[in-house]
Amino acid sequence: MRTIAYAFRNGKAFIPFITCGDPDLSVTAQLIQTMADNGADLIELGIPFSDPTAEGPVIQAANLRALTAGTTTDKIFEMVRKVRRRVLVPLVFMTYANVVFSYGAERFLSTSKEIGMDGLILPDLPYEEKEEFLPLCRKYGISLISLIAPTSENRIAMIAREAEGFLYLVSSLGVTGTRSEITTDLPSIVRVVREHTDLPCAVGFGISTPEQAVAMAQVSDGAIVGSAIVKLIAKYGKDSIAPVGAFVRAMKDAVKSGVSSGNPSAGPYNTL
Amino acid sequence: MTNQKGRFGIHGGQYIPETLMNAVIELEQAYNYYKEDPSFQQELTELFNEYAGRPSRLYKAEKMTRDLGGAKIYLKREDLNHTGAHKINNVLGQALLAKKMGKTRLIAETGAGQHGVATATAAALLGMECVVFMGEEDTRRQALNVYRMKLLGSEVIPVRTGTATLKDAVSEAMREWTSRISDTHYCLGSVMGPHPFPTIVRDFQAVISREIRSQILEKEGRLPDAVIACVGGGSNAIGSFYHFIDDPQVQLIGCEAAGRGIDSFETAATINTGRVGIFHGMKSYFCQDAYGQIAPVYSISAGLDYPGIGPEHAWLHDIGRAVYVGITDEEAVQAFEYLARTEGIIPAIESAHAVAYARKLAPTMDKDQLIVITISGRGDKDCAAIARYRGEDISE
Repeated sequence: MRTIAYAFRNGKAFIPFITCGDPDLSVTAQLIQTMADNGADLIELGIPFSDPTAEGPVIQAANLRALTAGTTTDKIFEMVRKVRRRVLVPLVFMTYANVVFSYGAERFLSTSKEIGMDGLILPDLPYEEKEEFLPLCRKYGISLISLIAPTSENRIAMIAREAEGFLYLVSSLGVTGTRSEITTDLPSIVRVVREHTDLPCAVGFGISTPEQAVAMAQVSDGAIVGSAIVKLIAKYGKDSIAPVGAFVRAMKDAVKSGVSSGNPSAGPYNTL
Repeated sequence: MTNQKGRFGIHGGQYIPETLMNAVIELEQAYNYYKEDPSFQQELTELFNEYAGRPSRLYKAEKMTRDLGGAKIYLKREDLNHTGAHKINNVLGQALLAKKMGKTRLIAETGAGQHGVATATAAALLGMECVVFMGEEDTRRQALNVYRMKLLGSEVIPVRTGTATLKDAVSEAMREWTSRISDTHYCLGSVMGPHPFPTIVRDFQAVISREIRSQILEKEGRLPDAVIACVGGGSNAIGSFYHFIDDPQVQLIGCEAAGRGIDSFETAATINTGRVGIFHGMKSYFCQDAYGQIAPVYSISAGLDYPGIGPEHAWLHDIGRAVYVGITDEEAVQAFEYLARTEGIIPAIESAHAVAYARKLAPTMDKDQLIVITISGRGDKDCAAIARYRGEDISE
């Protein structure tokens, strides 16, 4: 049973993000495997875009590295198709509206389904524009994930009521990237979400330490971590499989037990 | 059915992060309120007339008309506005609106620097803080404008990401807006981005065609046969076209920057070389590759060096109401020099793209026909770059 709901079966999910093709697609394939082996409950796969307007410097640089390496949507589909034979955790794509639109939304979504993807996150597709892709997402059984931001306020109920898969709670204002402190009143947002849907919600943007992941997972159903992992990939390149695996394991253990058992960056890969 | 709010045919829309949705909704509500508010309109008209120097002249270019030997040519002199370009029309409107909304800080992107200078000017006038994002490549091409913005009290942030030009400045301004919304208004410089920007900016720039219409009726007793303007995002062009859209006898012609040619890879001619896509908050035409990656574009003009075009232009193109032609760097530079010599007017290199097309079109028309060319800005800022293009190294 491989669905997005399955990722949240144990209550608290750990969701890592990487950019496909950074530094190349064979490393990406190995990273997906190692993240799944080390306890990732759901994996977000970024399809690189030339102008990722919702990303901070770390993921912007990853997008650039991936595109410079010649990564394309078609090559990513082929990589996922192979990895899917061995990896059972739910997988969702994270990219920008133009990548899907330009490929042909129907072709993009039917191929996504065929290779075993479960969902799609488009940070530049708000509630008002979701009809652009939602009918085709439904046709092919791909969950179109909705985002809720600290500024959503009166919009939370409307978004939650029509959400699919899970809700992505943006922890802070601004773009992706690690933050020393998250000050948004997430419990209040989660409370409103829970009044309008039974879907799980996971918090992302700015989470880099086990302490933050635990705190975020405690107020929601999971923690999403991108930039902190992408930093490891930027540093270790082709040798990032082991450090990323260790990092995911530490984060997963922390989220699962509800306490951070130690700083994963305090080990041999003390680099963050 | 996709959302119909802010649509021009299939184009437009609001493709932006959720974080910004309440900000654009609040902006739309404030704009809808103040555009009907007589005291807001009176304040804006006063700023236009007393501060920016409106109405701008509609000047009969007699020597150019004689020289080209065809249609009678008028120049709409937006270059005579305070700060030297049409950009001030939009900026005064948006800055006043932002102030009414209780915002204390303006952020803006700029290409050639004209919009940045205009925003810095309005911020100084209205006592607001101002931060301008400018591609690093453009800060070099337009060093004088960087200095002007600083002189006006603004901070200028060089953008090093991507191609370090206008599109990257827009992306960075959008990122900044998502991180600081409550006191900050993003003063977008063209008829692009998410709804309501294409409509707001068009309405503030529509003063250009409102004036052209009454001025040409007074001088000639009839409407022009063609209105020609340069197009990057397309704000001076939509401003020049708007009050003629319902007059099909008036040909509307937008001049895109073809750079080294529309069949080269070094071009910024969006309608001529682009495909429909979704970027910077809107659906429109964009220069992009087969996978939807936005293409690095090129033009000698930093102000036209943008891979997209405003959604209303995309629609005017789709329905055939306006035509969009490509003008190369070389044609634009020749027109820049031509207007200086012939009329004693040095146009912005952006506006020179419109002059270049008029030089081709006028001789094919009858002597009793009328062409209006919008000179969107003045060319002082471009002199050093054009000198370099001609192989002469001058220091500014």
